[in-house]
Amino acid sequence: MVEVLSEPGSRGTTGGALLEVDNLHVEFRTRAGVAKAVNGVTYTVDAGETLAVLGESGSGKSVTAQTIMGILDMPPGKITGGEIRFRGSDLLKLPEDQRRKIRGEGISMVFQDALSALNPVFPVGWQIAEMFRMHRGASRSDAKKKAVELMDRVRIPGAKDRVNDFPHQFSGGMRQRIMIAMAIALDPEILIADEPTTALDVTVQAQIMGLLAELQRDSNMGLILITHDLGVVADVADKIAVMYGGRIVENAPVHDLYRNPAHPYSKGLLESIPRVDLKGQELYAIKGTPPNLLDMPTGCAFHPRCPYKRDNCVTDVPPLNTVSGTRGSACHYWREVIDDSAS
Amino acid sequence: MTAPAEPILEVRDLVKHFPLTQGIVVKRQVGAIKAVDGVSLDLHRGETLGVVGESGCGKSTLAKLLMALEQPTSGSVRIKGKDITKTRGAELKRMRRNIQMVMQDPYTSLNPRMTVGDIVGEPFEIHKDVVPKGGRRRKVQELLDVVGLNPDHINRYPHQFSGGQRQRIGIARGLALQPEIIICDEPVSALDVSIQAQVMNLLERLQSEFNLAYIFIAHDLSVVRHISDRVAVMYLGKIVELGRDADIYERPTHPYTQALLSAVPVPNPEGREQRERIILQGDPPSPANPPSGCRFRTRCWKAQDICAEQVPLLQIREGSSHPSACHFAEVNDAVGTH
Repeated sequence: MVEVLSEPGSRGTTGGALLEVDNLHVEFRTRAGVAKAVNGVTYTVDAGETLAVLGESGSGKSVTAQTIMGILDMPPGKITGGEIRFRGSDLLKLPEDQRRKIRGEGISMVFQDALSALNPVFPVGWQIAEMFRMHRGASRSDAKKKAVELMDRVRIPGAKDRVNDFPHQFSGGMRQRIMIAMAIALDPEILIADEPTTALDVTVQAQIMGLLAELQRDSNMGLILITHDLGVVADVADKIAVMYGGRIVENAPVHDLYRNPAHPYSKGLLESIPRVDLKGQELYAIKGTPPNLLDMPTGCAFHPRCPYKRDNCVTDVPPLNTVSGTRGSACHYWREVIDDSAS
Repeated sequence: MTAPAEPILEVRDLVKHFPLTQGIVVKRQVGAIKAVDGVSLDLHRGETLGVVGESGCGKSTLAKLLMALEQPTSGSVRIKGKDITKTRGAELKRMRRNIQMVMQDPYTSLNPRMTVGDIVGEPFEIHKDVVPKGGRRRKVQELLDVVGLNPDHINRYPHQFSGGQRQRIGIARGLALQPEIIICDEPVSALDVSIQAQVMNLLERLQSEFNLAYIFIAHDLSVVRHISDRVAVMYLGKIVELGRDADIYERPTHPYTQALLSAVPVPNPEGREQRERIILQGDPPSPANPPSGCRFRTRCWKAQDICAEQVPLLQIREGSSHPSACHFAEVNDAVGTH
């Protein structure tokens, strides 16, 4: 579909997934020191699959996504290691003009805050149509027609009359629909949605998540859903990567993780959800605070907050141990955790 | 919780319309945003009343009215029998001691140029007779200790604390004057998931320790259920349903409450394919021009002619034990699994 991808040896030769992030390292060089935002993240997404990346602010989930898209601010950001393979070719080694082709046509992104992601001084139709003018060389009138079709597809009522409206004339949910229209304009194979519903009310959130699921089904896209909401993840994900302190601490198929978490952090998150049968009792709370990226704890980044901590957690960084098949847990004592959460 | 005889806070027919004006030199009123439009509720000592609703439904305006930070267009807010909306000057200042607020965003609600000691001690500067000057520092340190902060950090600045710790500072400030009512406006929504539970536990501990009454405003329904004794659901400036937490969450009768509950994603993937969902169409209408009759009728699947003509009153209806503002209120079996 994109020229660069038909280069010899680049298509499907690895037998790997559609998108593979492999041992990615990203850091930010700031005046206060080096912030290690991403420390060896590995995940894969295939066509039609939904990967949820779950983590708190500062866990590196958005920085990983920005690196995949190639929109990381460099400097201060710097990719210090790893590969991102899309259809087998390493995006990080491609020149900018080739990456630009993949952006939008191969991989595209929906941002959290649609009001600041859209340009306030251009009509929304013009912004959607820009995709066709830039990538496909469409004429202005053709591009605009396509913009209206897309606005219809994401179910903006009266698309034809609203194509010349500006972003501020739309509600939050409608603006997010416009962002989605832009992201799916060129039929991407991978869609990254970075907290797409965090700024929205629950009834609107349900509409947007429904729309994303439908679009994914129609065009068999791979979806990377970045969120901190355990409810949204449970609703739509096929598999989950839980991030903490720039690492993946647990990855698992969605049912396995909710039924039987294998890392103390994911276990703690699930236990701290208020439950009806425990009303009136104290909520389980993970003690302490998330790590400071400028001053990461030694060994396992979670050890200062972890109830399973032993001496070697302070000194040895736990590898991502294989729990079973496609499951992994970056905890020295994952066997204990999984036994506890099973009982 | 059985209701004691005398509510500590009584709100009756509270209305707040913000005028919409046109013109620069001569301002002409062309309409009004009906932010809060006839809200009545009671709050008892030691009780938590949760207020839920979507953005723009008037939750935060309600909070400001209760704090007398806004003058209502009409209606009354009685604290221990005295109407705060009609009180002025020194007496108002004294009444405010009894009702304090915890804000949503701990990053913007603390002055970055003041130390924690100054922030938590500021209420004592305003209400000088509460604690004599010499004892203030010690009192502030006590408060920091109560909310789980290190009392030695009294000279630090807000940026030296994490989000959860900052929210604790905000809570300590709210507690300083030993109020009986605290209004929490989205107190945990700006915090990370792992920190939310810590702050919720703190609020519950403080409530039982000081016998506080909370108005707990939030959009996260599971958080509200956990902490609340009773819950009020708001839509476009009106309470549409009010009841004990089990009434609202297990036997909701208003279609909006039902839709709201069924839209909340359940943090459990089991059986997600079978789950029934009521997905509302469109966005809430503008409070400047709300629909006639029932305000929810434009998004409601039960709407009939009567809904456009008659405003449904918030009252107990047949087959239900709690008030609901719907002409066709009834329990729907599809929802109520939270």
